[in-house]
Amino acid sequence: MHIEILGARYHTSINIDNLCKTVSSIFNLEVKFKKVVLDFGLAFDTNRLQYNSTKLLELAINSGTLKNDGKSIILTDLDLYVPILTFVFGEAELNGRAAIASSHRLHNEYYGLPRNDELLQLRTEKEVIHELGHTFGLIHCSDNFCVMHSSSYVEDIDLKNLEFCMECEKMFLNRL
Amino acid sequence: MDNKNFGILIVDDEPIVRESLYKWFLEDGFRVETAENAADALKKLQNSSFDIAFVDIRMPGMDGLELQRRIKEIDKSLVVIIITAFASVESAVRALKEGAYDYVTKPIDPDELSHIISNIINQKKLMLENIQLKQKIEDLIQVEEIVGESPQIKKVFELILTVAKTDTTVLIRGESGTGKELVAKAIHANSNRKYFPIIPVNCGALNDNLLESELFGHERGAFTGAQYRRKGKFEMADGGTIFFDEIGNVSEKLQVDLLRVLETKQFTRLGGDQLINVDVRIICATNRDLELAVKEGKFREDLYYRLNVFTIFLPPLRERKSDIPILIEHFIKKYSQIMNKPILKIEPDALDILMRYDWPGNVRELANAIERAMVIGKPPAIKKEDLPFQLTTNGFDRPLSDSLEEIERAHILKILNQCEWNITKSAEILGIDRATLYNKINKYKLR
Repeated sequence: MHIEILGARYHTSINIDNLCKTVSSIFNLEVKFKKVVLDFGLAFDTNRLQYNSTKLLELAINSGTLKNDGKSIILTDLDLYVPILTFVFGEAELNGRAAIASSHRLHNEYYGLPRNDELLQLRTEKEVIHELGHTFGLIHCSDNFCVMHSSSYVEDIDLKNLEFCMECEKMFLNRL
Repeated sequence: MDNKNFGILIVDDEPIVRESLYKWFLEDGFRVETAENAADALKKLQNSSFDIAFVDIRMPGMDGLELQRRIKEIDKSLVVIIITAFASVESAVRALKEGAYDYVTKPIDPDELSHIISNIINQKKLMLENIQLKQKIEDLIQVEEIVGESPQIKKVFELILTVAKTDTTVLIRGESGTGKELVAKAIHANSNRKYFPIIPVNCGALNDNLLESELFGHERGAFTGAQYRRKGKFEMADGGTIFFDEIGNVSEKLQVDLLRVLETKQFTRLGGDQLINVDVRIICATNRDLELAVKEGKFREDLYYRLNVFTIFLPPLRERKSDIPILIEHFIKKYSQIMNKPILKIEPDALDILMRYDWPGNVRELANAIERAMVIGKPPAIKKEDLPFQLTTNGFDRPLSDSLEEIERAHILKILNQCEWNITKSAEILGIDRATLYNKINKYKLR
């Protein structure tokens, strides 16, 4: 099994090599990267000016973009939402094969702060690992420092580590 | 509370809303179910229980507000959160007035949703803890039973239950050993204050200055040796009950202080100037003739009236002799368990002696007599010989024989019991010095 990161309108300041290395070290699986093109217009909401992450995932699955029999995650810089929520950092099929993660709200500039590429890289890595964790069946963890802890603020992401806590690690290994 | 034990029901006619909330909560590890309309939701509620229901306010057929009413009829503890795309203050207020926990508008901020859920979980946890703690307290505050079936004691039970639910000051009167403290504890345990402490104060045991500091507490440096600020009994009893035993023995100065606290429910600590408010229920007990003490000017009349709001008179044991067998049975059971000794009954002739005795020391004396008999007696029953000496004298404090030694022994024992074994007082009445009395006690093996 390997993990596939699919870049679709992702931010160029993200260091893809480092992202792949980090993700690979956490899951102890081979990580491949490729750029993909999706028909984003179908998921765009003209009122909200955001992209429906559920639709984007469906599009990717239905278009045959996800050929990997392991786990795939779409990396994008688009602003994602699910209809009931104002935004999401990402979405995943729980115990499924696909996920999507967005760096849109991970930029410091989004919050009126000076650009910080290092921080963007770290936040993106955590978000990608978090969503991939869901595809391995992991649910949100109550440990604030575990990468599987739920984040609704970017500060929550900054607080947590890149790694799983012991409990989540154990669960992940069992699910492999 | 583990998230998987926490059930969430999502009721919305829009599949996309149901699905996205379903996924969101599933990732949090909750048990989630969805319903596309009110009828479907009610069916699901019949089959399983939920902790939170997210209910869309506008649905075809039964709307969210009506569904909320129906949900509350089925399960009052179920937390309902109304969701709507048509935000208006009017509908929000209506939903909240009708028992909704909160009101959210689509789209919901993920952080707001997380906060609502974590608040509900914390609240549920606290409620659960509260129930568990109350149960633990109930177990801990099991008051020692007041035993008896005589009409006199039944009347006391009635009075306890009547006054317990109020905050009225209670004055318990009765001879020494009739169980005044037990009655005070029973009143407290049956009151709404039962989860707060009952603080007993033995007014007869402490001198004036000490009692003042005990009752009101003191500030640091209030007097020599007051190295720390200390809370008094009144503060400790806040929310609960304060029980003044032997209230008839308090000094005149303290009577004034007590009267002020009873009237204002305010006081200052010794050496302090900050007024402290307390919410306490007062229960007092005395075996003194307070009316006489008032007449003699030893007890303030205003304090007497303040305390004498609701009086419970405890009958002496000699006036409710029909309770003696039940009490004996109760004490045998109690001491048999404590001593792990299989004495389970009393022989008829021993019971006869106990029935004919006058019990000046009341239930306490009876309990002591049974305890002593249980110590020296042998299973399976208490015998006449196991009873304390003075009881075997047919209950009239008469010696068993006319020998001078028997008469002296019986008389000394009688005086000692009368004075509750106060050696100085007994020696004074007997007209001998303390050392001689001790020698006699040893000689006759009275202790």
